[in-house]
Amino acid sequence: MNTNRRTFIGGVSAAALLSGTTTAFAQKKYDDGATDKEIKIGHCGPYSGPASAYGVIGKGIEGYWKMVNDQGGINGRKVNFITLDDGYSPAKTVEVVRQLVEQDKVLLCFNTLGTPSNTAIQKYMNQKKVPQLYVATGASKWGKPKEFPWTMGYQPDYHTEGVIYAKHILANVKDAKVGILMQNDDFGKDYVDGFKEGLGKDNAKMIAKLATYEVTDPTVDSQIIQLKDSGANVFFNVATPKFAAQAIRKAADISWKPKQYMTNVSASVASVMKPAGFDNAQGIITAAYLKDPTEKRWNDDADMKTWREWMTKYMPGANQGDANYIFAYSVSFLMHQTLKNCGDELTRANVMKQAASFKKLKVPLLLPGITVSTSATDFYPIQSVQLQSFKGETWELFGEVMAAEST
Amino acid sequence: MPAFPKKWLWVVLVVAFGWPLLAPVFPDLVSNYRLFLVSTMIIAAIAVLGLNLLTGFNGQISLGHGAFYAVGAYTAAILMDKLNVPYYATLPAAAVVCFVVGYLFGQPALKLEGHYLALATFALALAVPQILKYKWLEDLTGGVQGIVLMKPEVPFNLPLNEDQWLYYYCLVTMVVLFWAANNMLNSRSGRAMMAIRDHYMAADTMGINTARYKTVTFGISAAYTGIAGALSASAIAFVAPDSFNIFLSIKFLIGLVVGGVGSLVGSVVGGIFYVLVDNSAQAISTFIKNDLGLQFDLSAYTIFGLLLIILMYLMPQGIVGGVYLLFRRLRRS
Repeated sequence: MNTNRRTFIGGVSAAALLSGTTTAFAQKKYDDGATDKEIKIGHCGPYSGPASAYGVIGKGIEGYWKMVNDQGGINGRKVNFITLDDGYSPAKTVEVVRQLVEQDKVLLCFNTLGTPSNTAIQKYMNQKKVPQLYVATGASKWGKPKEFPWTMGYQPDYHTEGVIYAKHILANVKDAKVGILMQNDDFGKDYVDGFKEGLGKDNAKMIAKLATYEVTDPTVDSQIIQLKDSGANVFFNVATPKFAAQAIRKAADISWKPKQYMTNVSASVASVMKPAGFDNAQGIITAAYLKDPTEKRWNDDADMKTWREWMTKYMPGANQGDANYIFAYSVSFLMHQTLKNCGDELTRANVMKQAASFKKLKVPLLLPGITVSTSATDFYPIQSVQLQSFKGETWELFGEVMAAEST
Repeated sequence: MPAFPKKWLWVVLVVAFGWPLLAPVFPDLVSNYRLFLVSTMIIAAIAVLGLNLLTGFNGQISLGHGAFYAVGAYTAAILMDKLNVPYYATLPAAAVVCFVVGYLFGQPALKLEGHYLALATFALALAVPQILKYKWLEDLTGGVQGIVLMKPEVPFNLPLNEDQWLYYYCLVTMVVLFWAANNMLNSRSGRAMMAIRDHYMAADTMGINTARYKTVTFGISAAYTGIAGALSASAIAFVAPDSFNIFLSIKFLIGLVVGGVGSLVGSVVGGIFYVLVDNSAQAISTFIKNDLGLQFDLSAYTIFGLLLIILMYLMPQGIVGGVYLLFRRLRRS
């Protein structure tokens, strides 16, 4: 009896050990911020301060995760999305991101917004080995896996876009003399650097005049007059929406009629083209990668319909013409897909591995033909854009989808 | 304002210096993040003290101390980045540069009184971030991209981590600066400063060189705030013009008024207050929305504002003044 019990106990413990080892093989692996029940994602953006117009991106992302949770979460885990306000001050970003990583213990930080803010935390995130994924800035410095293996961008970078415009000018405009209007910050510089690179060695000869303005300036009228006087026949408009619209209108007012190129940042029909006057905006060329919610031709598009339903349900009262929500939805989809692919191995290393292994992934609301591809050496998810020119009251895509590997 | 009892001062100092050593016992209470947060409070306290010297003790109003903070931070950053100056040597450098800038700014400011001075300093705070982006200075300041720095390294192989060392570095700096301020205020010069605040004409009649005292006070005040800026450059390990917007100056002013105008302890309380409330306002805002399920989408700034109004209503003399009055009332009854 005694022996029996002993063997029994021995047998049970052996079985337990064995089953223990088998489960250990199939075991779920977690880092901070992931459990059987939830995945913690950190985010910060400017809900207050000078750049608070971009705060809607954070709200949009929050709405997206609400939808994901209502649908049962990711592989059975709910997303706990923690978003904090940094007021677009890099010093504050460091503070709130440390809170996210060290106090809230998030698995990763997602779509933190602003070039200075992300610069401030990049070193920290890479030291701590916490993914800084799909950051909301178009600067060209977020795709350097060798130096910063924990940081990845999302949108086509400004530099690449600048190269594409330059190439188009070289191919289509004879004896181009370019006048550039540039916002005096990192956004403007990145574009102009890429543009100069695209023009090639003779860029100094081709650029007739470079006029800059500050975000705090009331108008850009005097800059446009200077550009006209320089005798430029091509106008490259590197400005944020308000100024881009002013520039187009002023150019028409002083009957300066160059060939016009404008950055994707200001491609909104509602907030730029309409205030600039449709008559003044005819023929302007820009590049796009996302579908614009104000464009009629997407009205019957399946992605756009899904997006509108989501907006109505999860973002009641929000402006459905605001392209920032399109951005939020598409970038959240990519994050969603990344976490889905991680399966039960929710470690930070695996998150980065999955983020760097997309092969031509279709992301909703990207233009037809544009997909997401990444690899261990390619940390630029979207690198293609398509050129479009303004006709009537809407953009018309033309040519092929273009990819430029400038960096 | 009452003086802070000496024995309590020692207790506070012992707690402040001993607290991080409890890390092995209470790892959650003394996390690196908490230490970092307290370091930012200390930095804020020094900046508020700078403003307090000017506004609280000398009666000159400044809405632009964020500018001196920025100058201090950039002085430190440029020295570290371009000239490889060790981080501790940047503090005196920032103090000297800011003293000079503050002194020079104080010269024309002599002609401006009260609200006009407030507006002039306000303009300074608006201008500095733009100047930092200016193209001729860009090679030095890094323009909008800012300057990425190294965190202070732990010296002499001390058994501390980076955040613990940063905390002690800030704490020692603060103690030295407060000690110096206290000595200055209790001297002839300090009494002259306060005499100018209390009755300008009487002070002038008594033979105090009001013009010189005002400009020098401006310089010292700027130097204090500049040192805080230099500390913040080390703590954040990054400077960019966007960190020094106009809200920063306003926050110093809030810290000053909430803590207690014309009180050294008030400066510390003010510094703690604005970091703490700024952070907890966000937590309260999400708590109301997510946990209480109320349908107001109160932004963090709304909460911050409400807290300020309540506080000013209950303690019109700032926290230190309010607590003092409370004690006196309790003792009487």
